[in-house]
Amino acid sequence: MSHDPIEDGEEALELLQLPLDSWHRARGGRMVPFAGYEMPVQYEGIMAEHLWTREHAGLFDVSHMGQLVLDGPGLDDALEALIPADIKGLKENAQSYSLLLAENGGILDDLMVTRWAQGLYMVVNGAVKYDDIAHLREHLPDEITINHLDEHALLALQGPKAAEALGRLVPGVSSLVFMTGAGFDWRSDAGEHVPLWISRSGYTGEDGFEISLPGRGVEAFADALTAQPEVKPIGLGARDSLRLEADLPLYGHDLDTETTPVSAALGFALKKRRREEGGFPGHARIMLEREQGPIVKRVGLIVEGRQPVREGAAVVDAEGSEVGKVTSGGFAPSVQKPIAMAYVPTALAVPGTRITLAQRGKVHHAEVVQMPFVPHRYVRKGS
Amino acid sequence: MRYFTEDHEWIQVDGDVATVGITDYAQGQLGDIVFVETPEEGKTVSKGDDAAVVESVKAASDVYAPVAGTVIEGNAALADNPALVNEDPEGEGWFFKLTLADAGELDSLMDEAAYQDFVSKL
Repeated sequence: MSHDPIEDGEEALELLQLPLDSWHRARGGRMVPFAGYEMPVQYEGIMAEHLWTREHAGLFDVSHMGQLVLDGPGLDDALEALIPADIKGLKENAQSYSLLLAENGGILDDLMVTRWAQGLYMVVNGAVKYDDIAHLREHLPDEITINHLDEHALLALQGPKAAEALGRLVPGVSSLVFMTGAGFDWRSDAGEHVPLWISRSGYTGEDGFEISLPGRGVEAFADALTAQPEVKPIGLGARDSLRLEADLPLYGHDLDTETTPVSAALGFALKKRRREEGGFPGHARIMLEREQGPIVKRVGLIVEGRQPVREGAAVVDAEGSEVGKVTSGGFAPSVQKPIAMAYVPTALAVPGTRITLAQRGKVHHAEVVQMPFVPHRYVRKGS
Repeated sequence: MRYFTEDHEWIQVDGDVATVGITDYAQGQLGDIVFVETPEEGKTVSKGDDAAVVESVKAASDVYAPVAGTVIEGNAALADNPALVNEDPEGEGWFFKLTLADAGELDSLMDEAAYQDFVSKL
């Protein structure tokens, strides 16, 4: 039997360890290489962990991601020249999803940016964080500082019981709404004060929180969280299946420099004032794509039968010519069917369209469906 | 008599019929199995040929024919219930049966003790 690991199996020469490394191992985490680190792909099993998160609360270690703090004079204008977000309109403690764009409108990374009392806090993907930092350093004026919080850990607590469980440790988190954050102070059993930056956000489609904290406090905090009956540690495997069901694209797979915000169906990241005023990379091309439609577009697929169709499979036309590709795919535990994200010609990117896929010499049929595959359950303002 | 391969397959031989599956170690490594494709009756395979496909939530893997032969049956139960491979890998979760082309090929395989020793060193 051959085993093709499809974890981000890059052969890093030297894998780094994150602050919770031994914590994961002690809990039976199966460690795999991911974004240059050894990270837990699963504990008890992807299916069980996925379903636990949808029903209770799952704790994810995402400390591999890049946490940056930008500060300095003229920051808002300077950053708006690199991303299509409305930074000037971003209120204190408000968080926005955005895209780091190349000159031609291709996507260099997707990210979260939050207005702090002093500066902007940004979370970028682990696999490209050093490229992002280099890009920002090259394009932002010298007066703007980029502080990489590489001693900080990042946890995500996700699921319908997340607010209840976290609220026991950190009273007040329930007052946050989706895409806002605040600073909190947590005191460990040993009496140590640990500062927390908590936002109500995540990558599963569920309600939940992302918690940034110094690496020195993360073991005690992770212990306190998993002591709550609703909380179990969850690996990268379930993180991938959860985000796929929730229509959340993954950089390096569903997004890359060949994709644009319009083809990636991320038009919501192009803020209205920015579309009108321009001034971000690729503006002309992106606006043209918005008007005329992109050549290919990211869609969701439900695959017929039980066999998963995965990243790399071809979308083919009636003659068998390749017209698109699958960028993520797998068996969806909550849907109980194989699902996928794919780029297909815009004419096919309509829910209900039946398309043909080819994988390892075998033909599969799939239907384009409206994403997300599982409804989002965010706790929004006013809800 | 039961034999094992370094690719984590088991082969139960009864007369000239061999039943093939994957080991408990293999199913544990794969995790939740969501799809199994077994070979059709009448297919002839050489040792090392792709004979079946097993897919977990995360990955697709090929199952090789551990010996040459002619397939006489795929395990139809796996189509509706691939999780049988997780639950009973070395019993009800068998993949296919074949008639042996060359019983001599079995000599190169491991017995249970040798396989356990092999796995303990992984």
